[in-house]
Amino acid sequence: MASITYVEFNGTPHKVEVPDGISLMEGALQNGVPGIDGDCGGNAACATCHVYVDADWAGKTGSRSEQEEAMLDLASDVRPASRLACQIFASGDVDGLVLHMPETQH
Amino acid sequence: MASKHTLSREEAPPQWPLPPRHRPQLADHKPETLTAYLATAPLGDVDIADPLWWETDTHWTFFKRLRDEAPIHFTSLNSERHRGYWSVTRWADIMAVDTNHQVFSSDAHLGGITLFDMDSDFIMPMFIAMDQPKHDVQRKAVNPIVSGANLAAFESLIRERTEAVLDGLPRGEVFDWVDRVSIELTSRMLATLFDFPQEHRRKLTYWSDIATADPEVPGNLQKEERQAVLLGMLQEFMGLWNARVNDPEPKGDLISMLAHNPATRDMPPMEFMGNLVLLIVGGNDTTRNSITGGLKFLNDNPAEYAKLRANHALIEPMVSEIIRYQTPLAHMRRTALEDSILGGQHIRKGDKVIMWYVSGNRDERAIDSPDAFIIDRVRPRQHMAFGFGIHRCVGNRLAELQLKILWEEIMKRFDNIEVVAEPERVPSAFVKGYKSLMVRIPA
Ligand code: HEM
Ligand code: FES
Repeated sequence: MASITYVEFNGTPHKVEVPDGISLMEGALQNGVPGIDGDCGGNAACATCHVYVDADWAGKTGSRSEQEEAMLDLASDVRPASRLACQIFASGDVDGLVLHMPETQH
Repeated sequence: MASKHTLSREEAPPQWPLPPRHRPQLADHKPETLTAYLATAPLGDVDIADPLWWETDTHWTFFKRLRDEAPIHFTSLNSERHRGYWSVTRWADIMAVDTNHQVFSSDAHLGGITLFDMDSDFIMPMFIAMDQPKHDVQRKAVNPIVSGANLAAFESLIRERTEAVLDGLPRGEVFDWVDRVSIELTSRMLATLFDFPQEHRRKLTYWSDIATADPEVPGNLQKEERQAVLLGMLQEFMGLWNARVNDPEPKGDLISMLAHNPATRDMPPMEFMGNLVLLIVGGNDTTRNSITGGLKFLNDNPAEYAKLRANHALIEPMVSEIIRYQTPLAHMRRTALEDSILGGQHIRKGDKVIMWYVSGNRDERAIDSPDAFIIDRVRPRQHMAFGFGIHRCVGNRLAELQLKILWEEIMKRFDNIEVVAEPERVPSAFVKGYKSLMVRIPA
């Protein structure tokens, strides 16, 4: 179980518990966190789960796959901290992680 | 049996007019007759690209059989017309093709993105029919303009146009919803977004129809006439571009934004045009047919219509469900750049691969009760009508916004809009839509 805080673009935080092995996109959808759509169901194929990973956590969340890179490249307001939440999975390593959301999803 | 691979252009040189089409010999073309035929015909005897199945809305049975019996299926019937093609019909396999742009190309020079090859002697450069890296550069230039953040600025204008169209509708009288609402609204919207003269807005509809029309369908313009019409369109847009590029400041419309944006300002004129046409065509009949489809589905499903009346908050999930249920573009096509194995079938370099979104959106392996129209689904956005991967629809947010505003304004005004006859459908395996839908708003 990982405790994840999703922060909406307007600053509203949502702290939820995500079971191990579940993607952080699923974690948002299952807990009704607004601002993440997850249209492709977690295939890194829609970029509607775009989030910014706080710098302190970059080492724990792994790196972008080639497909993820290709999709992020076409999203709006992409930054070095950008990731697709469906490509990060809950585990003890990311317990306490804070994710910020962009103004809009693609 | 013919071997399972797409014929090369040398093996099947383009012929004009196209050679005659093989069709089943049936007593009549009533939907019941056609559906009964598709339920048992040998799979190899059916060319599902034939406009007949689309005009009559009878393709469903065949796609269900393909999903269950032959999810990656090759059609050689009528290959002298289309060179032969693979049909990919399950959600997961379509996802695999759409996300593998390294192997499955969209390049116009290989035939492009529709089952019927693009004219190789008249290629407008559009990023939908390009591969990386050029696709990405052009798409990135256009992307911010139709992004959610930018669209907020258009919301009140879209609402005003919508209100005007709805307020002008007759009560107690039968009229064509396609003409009075779907076309009227999409053309006004496009004219607004591009700041195109409103009095000429139906030209936008005409050009879009010509650009996507299947030259196969009798009555559609033939090649030379079609090219002449499209060149006329280019000239008109060139005029608008020239006028706006010289404005000291960009105005609020999309052409002006493109003309002033450092990323797009210096695009060669043909490329700018190609992308402009892509925005017009991409946003035209897709949105139009979703507008028509939505009304038809609510009429076919009175319990859903009742749910909507009771709770207008369902408009948002309903919009996604309408788009799934309609699937305005029935397919996208790719060309294999190398040999690969897909669902156990050997796809050879040069093969045409058709991703049938219309089938993936009804795949029971991915969607619960996929043949039911349900406006309050738990995950309504998980449909494939916008495609996936690097070519995923760039205008999806704009389409959703237009439909959301339309239904908000409809529900404010009309408690009921009755469909009074079966629609007339477009005979095309690409643009899945309606020519007319007769309706009445009770007085
Ligand atoms: C309900 C309405 C719409 C539907 C169903 C739809 C569907 C699609 C589909 C299936 C694709 C190809 C996806 C793929 O190959 O994976 C696409 C691409 C595209 N659409 Fe849409 N579309 C709609 C509305 C719009 C609107 C309103 C616009 C204009 C702003 C637009 C512009 C485009 C463009 C420019 C592309 C090419 C994207 C690329 O190649 O990167 N579409 N659309
Ligand atoms: S859910 Fe589609 S990219 Fe993450």
